[in-house]
Amino acid sequence: MQRHPGQAAVALLLGAFLLLFLVVPVVKVVHVAFSDATGALTLVNFEDFFRTSLFRESFANSMYVAGMSVVFASLIALPLAYFTVRFHFRGAILIQTLGVIPLIMPPFVGAVAMQLLFGRNGSLNLLLDRFFGFTIPIMDGLNGVIFVESIHYFPFILLNLSAALANIDRAMEEAAQNLGASGIKLFRQIVFPLALPGYVAGAALVFIKVFDDLGTPLVLNVTNMLAPQAYLRITSIGLTDPIGYVIAVIMVVFSLAALWASALTLKGKQYATIQRGGGGLAKRRLKPWEQAVAMGLIVLILLVVLSPHVGIFLLSIGTIWSFSVLPDGYTLKHFAEVFAESTGFITNTFLYAGLAAAADVILGTAIAYLILRTRLVGRQVLDYVATAALAIPGVVLGIGYLRTFYGVELPGGQPLATFWVMLVVVYAIRRLPYALRACVAALHQVHVAMEEAAETLGAAKLTTVRRIVMPLMAGGMLAGFVTSFVTAAVELSATLMLVSKNADAPLSYGIYVYMQTAAGRGPGAALGVIAVVLVGLGTYLSNRLIERGRRQYSLEGNNQ
Amino acid sequence: MKRWVFRSLFAMLVFPGLLGTVGAQAADKLEDKLVIVTSFPKELFKAYAAAFEKKHPGTKVEVLNKPTSSGIAYVRETASNPPDIFWASAPDAFEVLKAGKLLQKYETKAKGIPEKVGGYPINDPDGFYKGFAASGYGIMYNTRYLAAKQLPAPKEWDDLKNPIYFGHVAISAPSRSGTTHLTIETILQGEGWDKGWATLMEIAGNYATVTERSFGVPDGVNNGQFGIGIVIDFFGFSSKATGFPVEFVYPKLTTLVPANVAIVANSPHPKAAAAFIEYLLSPEGQDLLLHPEISRLPVLPSAYAKAPAGFPNPFKDTSMGAAVKFDTDVSEARYAMVNSLFDRMITFRLKELTAAWKALHEAETALKKKPNSKGTEQVAQARKLLTAVPVSSKQAGDKSFTGSFKKTKKGKPAPKRQAEIEEQWDSLAKQNYGKAEELAKSAAKLAR
Repeated sequence: MQRHPGQAAVALLLGAFLLLFLVVPVVKVVHVAFSDATGALTLVNFEDFFRTSLFRESFANSMYVAGMSVVFASLIALPLAYFTVRFHFRGAILIQTLGVIPLIMPPFVGAVAMQLLFGRNGSLNLLLDRFFGFTIPIMDGLNGVIFVESIHYFPFILLNLSAALANIDRAMEEAAQNLGASGIKLFRQIVFPLALPGYVAGAALVFIKVFDDLGTPLVLNVTNMLAPQAYLRITSIGLTDPIGYVIAVIMVVFSLAALWASALTLKGKQYATIQRGGGGLAKRRLKPWEQAVAMGLIVLILLVVLSPHVGIFLLSIGTIWSFSVLPDGYTLKHFAEVFAESTGFITNTFLYAGLAAAADVILGTAIAYLILRTRLVGRQVLDYVATAALAIPGVVLGIGYLRTFYGVELPGGQPLATFWVMLVVVYAIRRLPYALRACVAALHQVHVAMEEAAETLGAAKLTTVRRIVMPLMAGGMLAGFVTSFVTAAVELSATLMLVSKNADAPLSYGIYVYMQTAAGRGPGAALGVIAVVLVGLGTYLSNRLIERGRRQYSLEGNNQ
Repeated sequence: MKRWVFRSLFAMLVFPGLLGTVGAQAADKLEDKLVIVTSFPKELFKAYAAAFEKKHPGTKVEVLNKPTSSGIAYVRETASNPPDIFWASAPDAFEVLKAGKLLQKYETKAKGIPEKVGGYPINDPDGFYKGFAASGYGIMYNTRYLAAKQLPAPKEWDDLKNPIYFGHVAISAPSRSGTTHLTIETILQGEGWDKGWATLMEIAGNYATVTERSFGVPDGVNNGQFGIGIVIDFFGFSSKATGFPVEFVYPKLTTLVPANVAIVANSPHPKAAAAFIEYLLSPEGQDLLLHPEISRLPVLPSAYAKAPAGFPNPFKDTSMGAAVKFDTDVSEARYAMVNSLFDRMITFRLKELTAAWKALHEAETALKKKPNSKGTEQVAQARKLLTAVPVSSKQAGDKSFTGSFKKTKKGKPAPKRQAEIEEQWDSLAKQNYGKAEELAKSAAKLAR
């Protein structure tokens, strides 16, 4: 691989983008972490952090919750991914789509629904209490956080693992079978290790996301974790203590360490396979009873992970739901109330999240290519900087954007910071880590020999990337697009800071406005249902699209 | 430079009067736009935006609904081209903006609004922000929940100390909700620093949770996740109006707090902004507050004539908010310190605190059945540990101590760092609660 001026130019461009829209705005806010009361540079605030037992405890709690969430998320995602990729299944796409839905958790509504189902006096506990005389504190404390985080974020593993499994060369599997491996052994020794980049990408995302996640602990009123401690410090009115920003810096550092550790597990191993177009692993037909067992298991898992969405639906058609197993009555008036005004929200959401996810896939592919295929100095920095976005609270990024871009006026006098395109940029920045991990995992599986072959045949670098690398990465890129898209569609914290016109507002803002009042709960849930259905539909269609493309691709392969 | 040219062009467009070609009549006309930043719920801001647009057809109202803390940050960061109106509940948010020189003084023409409601001044004495509605804190409870658990309805703060309510009560953290802060401060001023904290800590023994958002409390009571919430009145009234099985009562010791409105400094549409405040304070605007989904107390006494039966009237019912002479200077000086102390002693150590109280309640019940002098002594010790705070009332009034929780001005010597003090409180809290639990358990053993 020789040096290429084009590569350096792309790297510089990416670096400039990240610098302008991530590093500068964040530094403008977070710099107080490094200054003392008089504004001089100091590290004393970091000493304070480590000297405070509450923060040490919060740190340990965050680690514990993130680690356990990876374990449980894996337990949910592994069977779903394995069954749908490995066996002929009716409705495999449907299962894959339903498996993504948990990522679309509309703000506030999802929390209320979870409380109504699993809370201390939720449906489940009311039933348990009535029939057996005991209750389970599912939603209390750290275990509650682990429960909610696992069913919320397991799709990261599901998506990346499925994409990786689908990419494994059938020849590997056949060779192993010829040597006598089958069943669990085949999976454990051949299939899973080959899909490891996808799994590691997903698991690292779950770990870092949960470690940095703010929404879930806050909703469950668990404050002894790092992210809520930082958030409470930063957003308390009139509180000017720097420790909140110190925590934010520490979370960034730690998230990057976790990323680095996850990269170590893949280091020095080869995951790429050469033969392509075989359509991935051989799919086996299940015997009827096997089909029934597998189906039963999948339905059970989906029932658990989709229960919040069932709850949201009940909330949206229920009249009053209070201290009872189900709502008192049912009505359609909440939908009628939101229908008229939601069209604007819907178009905005699709526009912003769609553009942001598209940008993420392009940026992610470019960064992945630079990291894995070039020897540019400092290429890893791009990866780390982009991933650091996971640990930046949306509020901090929002304030940073206002501070950096509000003084810049567009032609016509509108400040750049409140121009709707900035919402796209902020979503793209916040969700870039998801697409990036997916793209890196996908490129891990593409053998460099394919590109070398193309170049030997005279293809230019750009042509190779466009005609060879990108089609081979398509599955991973789609996984990246989907995760970025569905999570951008429900982003709230930076949105709240930057929205300056109702006409520009996305669905999440609409839901927020409703969920501030007792009367708004039903309509807010109705908006939530609309968001879930539409974003889910978008995911389903893109899955269909990629599946069709892949089938076509493998047909061509078979004909040759 | 460019910006300046643009601004003046803009000014000429917006204020045609400056061009001198349009008559004086047009100069009185409102601007075509009004931008409001508010933390109020949809029912409230929608009603006012619609009514205002109807009254001033040429002006389009753009409402930005943000949490109070985001609203403050938004106003601060957009100072080069700010919104016109900041409209929110807690006076503390306005104090922060005022201190940042982000508000504009305004004298209202509205008549008939008294100086105080229930002992609390309605308007900012410096003239920056105006109160337009009053609200009082109280106790909201879910009737289904209490019936199912066979609990009596609480009426006073002291009722909430009762061990029968263990795990049934919720509050939002005063550091997160300016109105909750005022309730805490009311109890502290009404009962005195030490006794007040003892009350707060004993009630805290019954907390199911301390929520991060003030709306989290009524939301949880409506859900039935907990039975009793310490909330501001309109949360209770509007939930009931929506149909939830809840009730709301004012305890005797309550302060009425005004919800406020102010014009943002350098507001680009000052006339429309002024007209909006005048509308809020007009008899017509005040009447809107009585709408069941809004349910706030007007500051204009004459507005109560149209109120539905049973609607509280602080101007007639003089007991409301009269039990405490609320001293805003005292409250302001120790504002951040009280919040931090509450968080360290209660919010972040709730698990340890409630476990200790539970053990204490059990020991007390056991001792009642089978008295034991050593046990009684241990219980008294445990109670002392659970109701004391590491700040004396003298320290609480000491500006050099409370100053550690405020931003120091450049060049002044830094006081002891907030982080150091908080760490002391935290380790003390943990130690005290652990010891109290031990003592209580040993007392219970003695009584067995």
